[in-house]
Amino acid sequence: MTAQTLYALAHARTGDKGNKVNISLIAYRAQDYDLLVAQVTPERVAAHFAHRQPGLVTRYLLPGLGAMNFVLEDVLDGGVNDSLNLDMHGKGLSFHLLTLPVNT
Amino acid sequence: MQALAVGCGAGFSGDRVDAGLPVVRTLIARGGPAAMIYENLAERTLANQHLSKRSNPQLGYEPLLELQLRPVLAECLAHGITIVGNFGAANPDGAARLIQRLAQEFGLAPPRIAVLRGDDLSDDEGRAIVQAHLGESFDAARFVCANVYQGAFEIADAICAGAQIVVTGRVADPSLTLGPAIAHYGWGREQWDALAGGTMAGHLLECGAQVSGGYFADPGMKDVPGLDDVGFPIAEIEADGSCVISKADGKGGLVDERTVKEQLLYEVHDPAAYITPDVVADISAASVTAVGPDRVRLSGVRGHPRTATLKANVFFDGGWLGEGEISYAGPNAEARARLAMDVLQKRMGALLTLRFDLIGVSSILGDDANRQLKQTPSGQAQDVRLRVAGRHEDVAVVDRLLRELTALWTGGPAGGGGVRVAKRQRLSMQSCLIAREQVPSCFDFATKAH
Repeated sequence: MTAQTLYALAHARTGDKGNKVNISLIAYRAQDYDLLVAQVTPERVAAHFAHRQPGLVTRYLLPGLGAMNFVLEDVLDGGVNDSLNLDMHGKGLSFHLLTLPVNT
Repeated sequence: MQALAVGCGAGFSGDRVDAGLPVVRTLIARGGPAAMIYENLAERTLANQHLSKRSNPQLGYEPLLELQLRPVLAECLAHGITIVGNFGAANPDGAARLIQRLAQEFGLAPPRIAVLRGDDLSDDEGRAIVQAHLGESFDAARFVCANVYQGAFEIADAICAGAQIVVTGRVADPSLTLGPAIAHYGWGREQWDALAGGTMAGHLLECGAQVSGGYFADPGMKDVPGLDDVGFPIAEIEADGSCVISKADGKGGLVDERTVKEQLLYEVHDPAAYITPDVVADISAASVTAVGPDRVRLSGVRGHPRTATLKANVFFDGGWLGEGEISYAGPNAEARARLAMDVLQKRMGALLTLRFDLIGVSSILGDDANRQLKQTPSGQAQDVRLRVAGRHEDVAVVDRLLRELTALWTGGPAGGGGVRVAKRQRLSMQSCLIAREQVPSCFDFATKAH
């Protein structure tokens, strides 16, 4: 087994709505998808974003696309209109997800 | 029946105004029925346009409208390319007048411009509806505006009635694309799969370059050719609602399975239930397949019956936001920046909650409670910019915060430079769901310019 980060295996994009973000996680190679499903659990994603204190992390699977969609609730300090963050949309969070360690 | 090609000329308010013409030229060169969409309204954008309209009743539509349409208007009209845009924002009539003036200036016959109505709930009648839904949380003294997301069928009706240009305020972004597709294919109100397919085609287009190589490049991992000249996207929509995404010919950018998948899931929560005014789209079994160079097909989108309600966004005055920054460099720079943070906290912390960032160390991943920054031990960064941000109802408190930041010039740690401060009014938003029957939509044709 080799330890590496998600960054080598998948790409991601953040979208925001209200006080939630979704982060898509898309495998570069179809053969890595099962590994991602096994290791990138909602619990691990919640822990990875602990400094944003997500209220709930939901994971949706899209095997036909080799993709997962994570919805993180209550992570934008109220949302675009209330947050004091420079990145009030949480756009940069997708690349933070890609720093999650995985074993291949 | 020939497929309908829909091109995108803008994906937000402030998008590149030179993006539309290469798309229009491509549509003309490829031939066949075509439409152009302009998506200019993020959640906050519309509220800001309402504020503009308050200060000047002539304003309140997309400020870049003239720059957007000037290069393409004549060619679109000459080639029967319908233009649909939510550039009407808070003042669709103002936008229609501007387009009429532009056509007049070009010596063109007056275009048939349809104006969509029914989204704006900011008048007394609309406000009463919203108030009934929000109850106690409706603060009349702070109310700014309310707009309900309208759908595609009235856009389609307007096109079928002869509109060459459709000006809207708030409609769901994908409805801008679905409207022309409904008009082209005559889809019924319960052809759920086709409506859902057209909706997701619109979803792929609505952020402009985000599906054609923009917002995607990561050097060495996801390379995009010619990003400086990225071509905006085109969706060729088939009779069953499936589509092929491509982009403006001869331009940079990239359309492949990866760019399409990223945009397909953008701002989606449950992939089986993407709710719009027109349909509940389901992409859980959708396929994304490359079918040629810079050509990707989206198929397998399913549709479920639309919901009984429409979503409204309601904006209230949200007080003031103040932000200030100062930089430190060289030995012990981070410690000096952290000391400046401590000074600000001690002098202002009792008056308002402060967010701090050390740009170069930690500036966007943390939350407003500074949790991450507090947990990060002071390091040896030698080029650090301190940012403070705070919000308050009273502008005087925000002004005082900005003065305190400025005072770090002479009264803070050694070597601080590059002070910048800014403040702006904030808007806070609430949403509610309103029964469709309560907020009907319709269109009328703009009367001739005088």
